[in-house]
Amino acid sequence: MATETHDAVAGTCVDAGGSALGMPQLCADWMPNQIFWLVITLIAIYLLMSRIALPRIGAVLAERSGTITNDIAAAEDLKNKAAEAEAAYDQALLDARSEAQKIVAAAKAEIQAELDVELQKADAQIAAKTAESEAAIAEIRAGAIKSVTDVAKDTAKELVAAMGGTADAKTITAAVTARMKG
Amino acid sequence: MATEEHSEGGLVFHPLDQFIVKPLFGDGPVHWYTPTNVTLWMAIALLAIAAVFVLGSRGRAVVPTRLQSIGELIYGFIYKMVEDVTGKDGVKYFPYIMTLFLFILFSNYLALIPMSYSPTSMIAVTAVLGFGVFIAVTILGFVKNGPAFLGLFWMSDAPAILRPIIAIIEVISYFVRPVSHSIRLAGNIMAGHAVLKVFAGFAALTLVSPLAIFGIVAIYGLEILVCGIQAYVFTILTCVYLKDALHPAH
Repeated sequence: MATETHDAVAGTCVDAGGSALGMPQLCADWMPNQIFWLVITLIAIYLLMSRIALPRIGAVLAERSGTITNDIAAAEDLKNKAAEAEAAYDQALLDARSEAQKIVAAAKAEIQAELDVELQKADAQIAAKTAESEAAIAEIRAGAIKSVTDVAKDTAKELVAAMGGTADAKTITAAVTARMKG
Repeated sequence: MATEEHSEGGLVFHPLDQFIVKPLFGDGPVHWYTPTNVTLWMAIALLAIAAVFVLGSRGRAVVPTRLQSIGELIYGFIYKMVEDVTGKDGVKYFPYIMTLFLFILFSNYLALIPMSYSPTSMIAVTAVLGFGVFIAVTILGFVKNGPAFLGLFWMSDAPAILRPIIAIIEVISYFVRPVSHSIRLAGNIMAGHAVLKVFAGFAALTLVSPLAIFGIVAIYGLEILVCGIQAYVFTILTCVYLKDALHPAH
């Protein structure tokens, strides 16, 4: 083989001009070279892959999927917690509302009771005042009637005297009283 | 052939010259140990893989950097493929399948750089890959299952008369696997690059050069697809063969 390919560039596969004779793929002289370097390259790639690259990338991918799984679990956890908190909040709101309603009702009842008592007291007071006033009015009226009678008697006496008659006080009084009644 | 076209003038086609193996240093013969352009581009693929997977994952960041997420994406893609196709017990062969996938993927895409060399277009390279998978899977099948591995060829749920015929077909198809496995990859890559070169040759003719350049762009786009798909196909077929070795029963 060596002797054949030795004479310059031209050999069994290449013509004198440096062009291929037939298919270079089928040139048996070149095959051992390709096969040798292919095997070297494949072994190198295999060692590079199996020793360094693949374990490294595998570890990174595993770590990433682990991280993602953890994160998703944590997110799920937080979501549950949030839901719980929301439920608790709703419950608290509900409790507070019913409590407030209770308090409002109690306050209303209390106020109502106080109001009733006050109203009763006020009514009683008003009734007492009314009775007092009525008594006063009655007294005033009685006073007024008496005054009117007195004034009438005096006026009658004076009129009788002015007309020149002497009037007996008793008769005049009786007459005025009778008129007043009439 | 080549000299004929030379005499015609500008139009020279050497679509296969790009696959010539040359020594990197000097013009000597190509021994099996000579560093050649094949070596160079395999080394570049190796460095690119190291850059993405070793430098990229250096930070071991839980929130990945751009480079690290590329590595993680490829890792996840291949890992899922191995797990889905071969099952849980196939996962321990994941580094081997990852090695194959990365080598093919990076070689394919690096070969799309103009003036580069495409190791995966060489039959010798893909044959080593294909037959390597074939031999490894066959040995693994016998080691794991013993003679029961031959049940792969015996369809027990087929009608009794058909079984021997099916068995013959299955055996033939089993032995054709590595051939198709390797020629599919090399053929696709080689054809794509040769077609690119042919279009590039036409681009020298003023009349058709716009069309030729459009053709280069179109084929280049197609090749971007083919490079990924061929790496994927090679890998998933490897997984399927591995599954057959681990679970030979149909």
